[in-house]
Amino acid sequence: MDQKKTGDVLLQVSHLSKSFGNNLVLKDIDFSVSKGDVTSVIGSSGSGKSTLLRCINLLEVPTSGQILFHGSSITARGYNVPAYRAKVGMVFQSFNLFANMTVLENCMIGLRKVMRQDKATAEETARMYLDKVGMAPYINAKPRQISGGQKQRVAIARALAMEPEVLLFDEPTSALDPQMVGEVLDVMKALVKEGLTMIVVTHEMAFARDVSSRTVFMKDGIIWEDGAPSQIFGHPQKTETQEFLSRFFDR
Amino acid sequence: MSFAQLVSDIIKLWNNYGMIYLGGMWKTVSLAVICTLVGCLIGFLCGVLQTIPCAKTDHVIKRTLLSVLRAVIRAYVEVFRGTPMILQAVFVYYGLPYFTNNAVQWSSVWMAAFTVVAINTGAYMAETVRGGILSIDPGQTEGAKAIGMTHVQTMVNVILPQALRSILPQIGNNFIINLKDTSVMFIIGYSEFFATHKAVVGATFLYFPSATVEMIGYLFMTLVSSFLLRWWEKKIDGSDSFDLATKDTLAHTSGMVRYRHKHAARLEERGR
Repeated sequence: MDQKKTGDVLLQVSHLSKSFGNNLVLKDIDFSVSKGDVTSVIGSSGSGKSTLLRCINLLEVPTSGQILFHGSSITARGYNVPAYRAKVGMVFQSFNLFANMTVLENCMIGLRKVMRQDKATAEETARMYLDKVGMAPYINAKPRQISGGQKQRVAIARALAMEPEVLLFDEPTSALDPQMVGEVLDVMKALVKEGLTMIVVTHEMAFARDVSSRTVFMKDGIIWEDGAPSQIFGHPQKTETQEFLSRFFDR
Repeated sequence: MSFAQLVSDIIKLWNNYGMIYLGGMWKTVSLAVICTLVGCLIGFLCGVLQTIPCAKTDHVIKRTLLSVLRAVIRAYVEVFRGTPMILQAVFVYYGLPYFTNNAVQWSSVWMAAFTVVAINTGAYMAETVRGGILSIDPGQTEGAKAIGMTHVQTMVNVILPQALRSILPQIGNNFIINLKDTSVMFIIGYSEFFATHKAVVGATFLYFPSATVEMIGYLFMTLVSSFLLRWWEKKIDGSDSFDLATKDTLAHTSGMVRYRHKHAARLEERGR
C-alpha cells in the first residue's frame, strides 16, 4: 500500500520540531501528503495544528526537521521559497484579503505579479474562479464591503487562481457564523469532488468525518492518530483521541 | 492707528508690492511642494529599508549589512530631527565651501534651501512611514507571501498603498509645516514669502500692515492645502458602495452589506 503511493507523494514532513522560545509547539512530527489526499487535522486549540500548517508554508521557520516537496527540501539554503509558496495555496482564518484592492484585483494580483500573466488572461482566470465560489457578482466590491463568508470564498478563489498543487486551510470557518460556515464548507466540498489535494485544519468535525479522506488527531504538538476518518471517529485507539471526540460529541 | 488706517495701509502695500508678495508666495509654495515630495521619497526609502525582515537564520553578511543600514538611518533621523532647521541651513550652506576651501560652492541658494528642507522632511517621514508600515495588519503580509510574492512585491503592491493611506494626514501635516518653516531660509538669503516682508518693511517701515499681509497670505496657503489634502483622502478612500456585476435582476443578494451613501443618509436625517 505504502509502496504504491510513494510515486505521488507531494509533501513529506519528517522529524519536524518547532519551538517559540522555550515553548516546544511541535515535537518530532512525521507526516506525508499524497496527491489527491484530503487530510483534516483535528485537535483542541494550542495543539500545534496551525503551527504545523504554517511550517508547511514556511510562514513559520521550523526549528529542526525536514519538509520535502516533490523530494526536495524546502528549508535548504537557496530554495526558491516564493515559487514554492505559489504552488502551495493557503486560506487563513482571518481571510487576509488585500484591503486596498477590489475582489477581482485580489484574485488577479498573484497571477499578474507572481505568474507574470498579462492582464486579460489573469482577469479571465480570476473571473472563472470567482464564479466557481459564487462571488462573480461582487468583483467590484472592496473587502470591507462584503460579509465574512463572502470574504472567505474570495480568499479561496484567490488561492485557487494560482492553480496550486495543494491547498492549506487554516481553520477557514472559525471566524464565521453558522450560515456562513455552510457557504464556505459547500465550496470546499466542491473542491474535494474535483480531486484537489487539501490539508484542512478544522474544528468542523462533520467535515472531517464525512468529507476528508484522512484524519490526523493532534494534541500537545504530537500526532496521536492518523488514519481513515471512519476509523478515527468510529474506533479511536488512543484515550487522548477518545477524550477529545467525546467532549465534542457530548455537547 | 485705527482699523481704517490698517486697511488703507494694506491696500497701499498691495498696490505697490503685490507682485513681490505673490512672487514670495510662489517661491514658498514651490519649495514646500518639491521638498515634501522628495522628503516623502526619502522617508519611504528609509521606512522600507528599516522594515526588511531579518531572521537569525539569515546569512551573516545580510544581517551585518542590515544592521549597519539601520544604524545609518537611525543616525540620520536623530541628527536632522534633533537640530533646528535654521541652524542646519547655515551649517550646510556655509559648511560646503568651508570644508572644500571654497572649491565647491552651492550653485544657488535654492539648491541649498531645497537640500536642507528635503532632508529634514525625510528624517521626519522616515519615522512616519515606519510607523505606517508597522500599523498594517501582519495578515496582509502573510496573505501576500502565501501567494508567492517576494518582500519587494508585497511592499509595493499590498503594504505601501495601505500605509500611504494611513499616513496621508501626517504627510499633510509635514507639508503645512514646510509651508511655514521654509521661512527660516531667509537666513541664507532665499527670497521666499517671509523674506519679501523684510524687504518691503525695509523700504516702507509699515511693519504691522506688512505682517498682516503675511499672516493672511500664510493662512490662505495652509487653508487651501488642508482643503486639497482632505479632498485627496476622500478620493483615495473611494465610494462607500459598489455595483453588483450581474445582469440578473433576481440575483440572490443576501448577506451583502451595502453602506449607505453619506449624502443619502444626510438627506434622510434632514427629512426627519
